[in-house]
Amino acid sequence: MATLTHQESATAEQLVVTDGARKTFITIIVAGVVILILGILAQVMGWGAEEHAAAGETAGHLGASAGHGAGASLEHEGSSTVVKRIIVSLWHSNVFFLGVSTIGTVFMAINYVAYAGWSVMVKRISEALSAWIIPGAVIMLVVFLVGRHDIFHWTHEGIMEKGNPNYDAIIAGKSGFLNLPFYLIRTIVYLAIWAFFSYKLRQLSLAEDQLGGTVWFHKSINASALFLVLYAVTSSMSAWDWVMSVDTHWFSTMFGWYVFASWWVSGIAAIALTAIFLKQAGYLRALTSNHLHDLGKLMFGFSIFWTYVWFAQFMLIWYANLPEEAVYYNQRLGGFEGHYTGIFYFNLLINFVFPFLGLMTRDAKRQMIIMKIVCIAILAGHWSDFYLMFMPATLKAESGFLIEIGIAAIFLGAFLILFTRRLASASLVPVNHPFLDESIHHTT
Amino acid sequence: MTKQFALGIFEDEDVLLHAVENVRAAGVKIYDVFSPYPVHGIDDALGIERSRLPIAAFFFGLTGLSFALWMQIYMLGFDWPMIIGGKPHISLPAFIPVAFELTVFFTCHGMALTFFTITGLYPRFKTHVMDVRATDDKFVMAIELDETGSQFSRLTQLLRDNGASEVNQKEMSKN
Repeated sequence: MATLTHQESATAEQLVVTDGARKTFITIIVAGVVILILGILAQVMGWGAEEHAAAGETAGHLGASAGHGAGASLEHEGSSTVVKRIIVSLWHSNVFFLGVSTIGTVFMAINYVAYAGWSVMVKRISEALSAWIIPGAVIMLVVFLVGRHDIFHWTHEGIMEKGNPNYDAIIAGKSGFLNLPFYLIRTIVYLAIWAFFSYKLRQLSLAEDQLGGTVWFHKSINASALFLVLYAVTSSMSAWDWVMSVDTHWFSTMFGWYVFASWWVSGIAAIALTAIFLKQAGYLRALTSNHLHDLGKLMFGFSIFWTYVWFAQFMLIWYANLPEEAVYYNQRLGGFEGHYTGIFYFNLLINFVFPFLGLMTRDAKRQMIIMKIVCIAILAGHWSDFYLMFMPATLKAESGFLIEIGIAAIFLGAFLILFTRRLASASLVPVNHPFLDESIHHTT
Repeated sequence: MTKQFALGIFEDEDVLLHAVENVRAAGVKIYDVFSPYPVHGIDDALGIERSRLPIAAFFFGLTGLSFALWMQIYMLGFDWPMIIGGKPHISLPAFIPVAFELTVFFTCHGMALTFFTITGLYPRFKTHVMDVRATDDKFVMAIELDETGSQFSRLTQLLRDNGASEVNQKEMSKN
């Protein structure tokens, strides 16, 4: 490790996205399309159809035993299973990528408000992550307007009208919150707030690069503080709207934190992974193992935080054993003939046990190869965490992996193209940031 | 029995850090450095090996976890089985909060006790105050001399060249 006293100061570095990198992104998208087509073929050809019929019946029983019509949604589903799977996967991957994208701005805002110096070295990465917010917002609105009946039970025709055969008293009771105009307004407000502050902080940062001085820094702190207050509310509410309302009967007061924890730890993993890739490509010369160490500590700590929230939600429901709450874990642990049992335990292993043991030692956090493996595991793990939040309620036993992974790969490729384009549009080192020197001399 | 020390007094932590590197590069063994507050990077500059306390902490944690699980399984499963909330006698989710707490409890107490033991911080521990100003605003670098103290003049020059504001010789009794 370099000694403290002999270090050069950082200079501007310009990322050049090579043709090889671009080809890789396109390959990811093409691979996604191929997997998606395979998945569609598999579904249409009806491989494993018997299993579906049996599991569908179980779903009906589960719904009935819980005292409400969860199974009834099978009867008034609008689209064929293939279309339904594609729409739910689009929603699932989009919520994941949009959340990770926003975490870039949240991470930067927290560092501003805390007057943190060490993170200046990775600041441009967190800025660039938010490149996905606008496309993600557009996809979200389009998917909602086109396919909401396949995702949200509460949007079904007549479900809130007394006397209608679809009438559901519990859902009708939530009509004050879960109605189309209010839902759309809320979604647009969340997305607009996130997009605006991402844009604002990015502009301030770019102006600082050009003009220098501390005025941009103080403006950024003000914007960050305001954003964090708004994000605290909107992240929680978006989790109810976009994720929890797919299980319309069910509710959990931990859910906002649970979704945020998932987004947050994935966002930090994305930042760390990008920093490692850039470092290995010869960029970010002043980034040392000390910065990685701190990012590793955050990933380690927030993996435990995610588990804490997960368990806090699970244990109360398990202990109280109230049917309307326990049905959530019934479906995931043993429901639909054990369709989700494997991924339920996999989720805990990859999101808790693996980062916990893998990042426990100091040396592990300072080695690029271990950090890389854990980052990828966390990103894949939290994508499957969202899988587990969406699929049982929307697709019952009909979810699979080919279509879902194919769509996730298309999202990943597109995300990387926009992300690297924004990374390359400014210096990788914010040269006029007042805390840049502190970040260069950071030791852990 | 006494020991002789050369004490270099420094005004500034950055000067001190450079001096530590240069003095060590000149082949002189530094006994210790005393500062009013922790100086970032001083451990690396002094070449102090990293503590192995985290390894001990891991095993304390493992002990706590095993103890907590054994205790609850034995008490509620075998010694005095009780039905709580209609759950089986041995039901893991209910045991996790206690297991977590005892893991933390064992880890922090074990670490603190290990730390006190290996550093000798027991009651009536006597400290060797090289220079009382090290508790206020000065940084003190102590270098052990041999019995005759013959290297003192050479060390004085070396420390002064590296920014020491004064260099003193001090005799400490060894208890």
